[in-house]
Amino acid sequence: MAMHVARNWRETPERYRMEAAKCKKCSAIHFPARLICPECQGREFATVRLSGKGELATFTIIRIAPTGFGDLVPYAVGIVKMDEGIHVMAQIVDCNPEELKIGDRVVSQFRRINQEGKNGMILYGYKFVPDLGL
Amino acid sequence: MTKWGELWEKSLRDISVEAALKCLDDAGVDKVDSITVGTMSGGLFNAQEHLGSLVADYLGQRFVPATRVESACASGGLAVKNAYMEVASGLSQYALAVGVEKMTDVDGGDATFALATASDYDYEAFHGITFPGLYALMAVAHMKKYGTSLEQLAQVSVKNHHNGSLNPHAQFPCAVTLDQVMTSTMVADPMRLLHCSPITDGSAAVLLVPLTVAKKMNKPYAVITGIGHASDTIALCQRKDFAKLEVVEVAAQRALKMAGKTIRDIDFAEVHDCFSIAEIIVMEALGVVESGQGGPATVNGLTALDGDFPINPSGGLKSKGHPVGATGVAQVVEAVIQLRGQAGPRQIKNARTALTQNMGGSGASSIIHILEAR
Ligand SMILES: [Zn+2]
Repeated sequence: MAMHVARNWRETPERYRMEAAKCKKCSAIHFPARLICPECQGREFATVRLSGKGELATFTIIRIAPTGFGDLVPYAVGIVKMDEGIHVMAQIVDCNPEELKIGDRVVSQFRRINQEGKNGMILYGYKFVPDLGL
Repeated sequence: MTKWGELWEKSLRDISVEAALKCLDDAGVDKVDSITVGTMSGGLFNAQEHLGSLVADYLGQRFVPATRVESACASGGLAVKNAYMEVASGLSQYALAVGVEKMTDVDGGDATFALATASDYDYEAFHGITFPGLYALMAVAHMKKYGTSLEQLAQVSVKNHHNGSLNPHAQFPCAVTLDQVMTSTMVADPMRLLHCSPITDGSAAVLLVPLTVAKKMNKPYAVITGIGHASDTIALCQRKDFAKLEVVEVAAQRALKMAGKTIRDIDFAEVHDCFSIAEIIVMEALGVVESGQGGPATVNGLTALDGDFPINPSGGLKSKGHPVGATGVAQVVEAVIQLRGQAGPRQIKNARTALTQNMGGSGASSIIHILEAR
């Protein structure tokens, strides 16, 4: 389903730069940013960029895909424990999904995620790839 | 409830009204004081919102206050809770709760999209994860943490299909073998097709009245003695333990406290087995077994129809079907049928106290009811 351009445009800080919010009161990091900290109810935050590095906490291989993702099958989606301590969900690519293991080191990259409809916007964001330490 | 399945010849309003009429006829009531309709997404499945009025109108209950409630796949449980509150507040004497979802008016891709809106859309579905995928992430975490096996997961489906084969209303009233489950099409590793609940058209309805009124109606009934309702983070990845469903723990504690019971007082449960792993994690969250023991307990027959703690005698979402908004109401219907001793070949012996657990999304909401025979 195609959305208004603004729906995707306003996600740019999170999708393109992995910007998170760090609570000024308790230092908890939230991705995506929030207006109130669920840990301490604080309302003041500093913008921080996630390092993009972390390790695989759990993952699956999607064999039956939703509309728009059919060409990618089979593809891995995982929850990554970022080095900052928080968790982020995204695709894990540039790997053989069958060989992934919990604990694998990964790093985020800026990638094409999807296209809305036939002539719609191309949507970009983050995916993770194996961290080869390069 | 009525027969569930792919009901191409019937519309959203047809199936809701059929289930509601069956309920009202059973109770011998022809006029209600309020209607609550639980539906996840009439908009995306049928291009139809405003379901409170639609159901009231076609049920011949014009001018009756009608409310539609939504909590994704827990919309049905929420409808029952809302009807309970109608009665408890004194606003209604006869409060009807109808759960409905008509899912086959769109193709598979659009149905998957509609369901995916129960996730954190921008941070989960956007990345190509599906609901089988979200529960697969929990399954992998549970397998890693506790050693839960593929056979144990598959046994949940075998058990529920056996129960469902005894339920004439089930969408798939047929038994399946362990081998069939374990070799079915892979959907999202390790969740195979026969680990997943199907796409279903269906509706279910219950009538809630004050106990004083129920006693005078000269009809068999059951009493709701506990309700527990909780929410959690919309995104799975923001929870501390992916092998756990804290929302179910919290809702269960609330429901049991209200009923003045412990889980040991419960004779059987209908739980939200949208995927096989869900039943395992839910039974652990309810305290039926310790964390990590859900798989072995299932294989050992604890949760079978003749086990010490039967789970999903109706066949569960797996065999009975999962018309999302109807599921929570249908769980209460099965509890009532069992407590009245009307479940025929799937009747649980001496069933006096039941628990129903309905879940929204990947565990961002859960509603639990406790019912007792009278
Ligand atoms: Zn804080």
